[in-house]
Amino acid sequence: MYGLFLRHFYLITRSFPRVLDLIYWPSIQITLWGFISNFFASNTTYYNNAVGVILTCAILYDFLFRTSIGFNMLFLEEIWSRNFTNLFIAPLKISEILSSLIFTALVRALIGLIPAILLTSPLFGISILDLGVYLFFLFLSLYIFGITLGILVSAGLLRFGPSFENIAWSTMFLLAPFGCIYYPVDILPEFFQKIAYMLPLVYIFEEARNILINNTIDISNLIKAFAFNLFYIFISISLFFYSFNKAREKGTLINIGE
Amino acid sequence: MKPIVEVKNLRKNYGEKEAVKSISFKINENEILGLLGPNGSGKTTTIGMMLGLLKPTSGDILIEGKKIEENRIEILKKINFISPYIELPKKLTVKQNLIVFGKLYKINKLDERIDYLTSKLRLEDILNRITGELSSGQKNRASLAKSLINDPKVLLLDEPTASLDPEIGDFIRSFLEKYKKEKKISILLASHNMNEVTRLCKSILMMKDGKLIDSGNPEMLIQKHGRKNLEEVFLKLSRSKNEYN
Repeated sequence: MYGLFLRHFYLITRSFPRVLDLIYWPSIQITLWGFISNFFASNTTYYNNAVGVILTCAILYDFLFRTSIGFNMLFLEEIWSRNFTNLFIAPLKISEILSSLIFTALVRALIGLIPAILLTSPLFGISILDLGVYLFFLFLSLYIFGITLGILVSAGLLRFGPSFENIAWSTMFLLAPFGCIYYPVDILPEFFQKIAYMLPLVYIFEEARNILINNTIDISNLIKAFAFNLFYIFISISLFFYSFNKAREKGTLINIGE
Repeated sequence: MKPIVEVKNLRKNYGEKEAVKSISFKINENEILGLLGPNGSGKTTTIGMMLGLLKPTSGDILIEGKKIEENRIEILKKINFISPYIELPKKLTVKQNLIVFGKLYKINKLDERIDYLTSKLRLEDILNRITGELSSGQKNRASLAKSLINDPKVLLLDEPTASLDPEIGDFIRSFLEKYKKEKKISILLASHNMNEVTRLCKSILMMKDGKLIDSGNPEMLIQKHGRKNLEEVFLKLSRSKNEYN
């Protein structure tokens, strides 16, 4: 496990452009949403008692996005560098590979996110810490869902090979409208609401808004988010094991890096 | 002699296509077995199954008496692989790569192991260089060091000297001869370089269309087929139409 983490740690720390890339996009994203947030706060009544709602949700969403993409990037990196075979002939259990990538994805996401969070206070006078102790649970829930998506895409890469790469980039964009990141779930058409309620995202972002706007806590939202997360991560890990076995049958593992 | 590797009635089908058709062979301790055959004959598929990357349709692969399908992780600790078609992470230095793989293989006294391989494979000058910036010969030596990081009992080599200049190719072959003698490891060598196979292998398997069509030591095969050298034997067997099927 440590070896695989070390491989990506060396990769990141050896290259200043890589570190910059990890920090750059979240910072740009947060800065942009910070100004939009300021504008909305001064021109609408919905957000006027919680200036940081949009910006906080932007930070939460970015964490989810970075975790998911980060996990996929770790997997794709092995394919691009033609190191895939070396990895799968090492005496590593699949659970060890997954655990290592899950931890490394968190480190990658935090490298990008921490500077972005630090920016929000001096630039916009907003602190995500306003969410209090519940911030930890919101982040944890988003982290689990981000990892779930990452494992699902990686299972697709194992099963179908590098041609599945484009899906890796589009997953988050497909789910974002149903996540109700910047708007309440009532905005969605009824059918879309049904889909949204089957994702943990809607409970996480509804709860973040609830805490910031109403100053109240609805634990049931957090419980629902975790329940859905457990269900989806179980599905994704099962699918990863299934894809690994299928890849061994079809020969994808031996051809994927070529 | 004690067989370290036993392959029994190994078959691999991809749908309707039979890539490997019930092959059996053994590799003894301190032996280099040559695996020859034209492209698409099933060599890489066989190696893939021996590495646990492919699931056999039927048959068994035993390493030191244990089936790979049932003891995958335990067996992977004892084998390793080198091929020009797979590479070490390009952005890491050679030493970082060796550390990473040493950790993945959970090697005790990793520093000592890296020092040993550095000295044996003359890696001193390239140890702290970025792997992607090395020449083919240097990359090959680095990959060989990675494939020996776990002190394997079985080493699978797929075209280990392809695209290398004669001097580096000779260095690798000499190294393999010495290393095998010193460590008494079993090596499976898949190669299209007939001089290399003649020099390194006491016994050879010839594959075609997923089948083993002949085997024996190089001199015996040359004599049996009435040819001047192994390359001519290879060409004769490769061009034959179903004669051996």
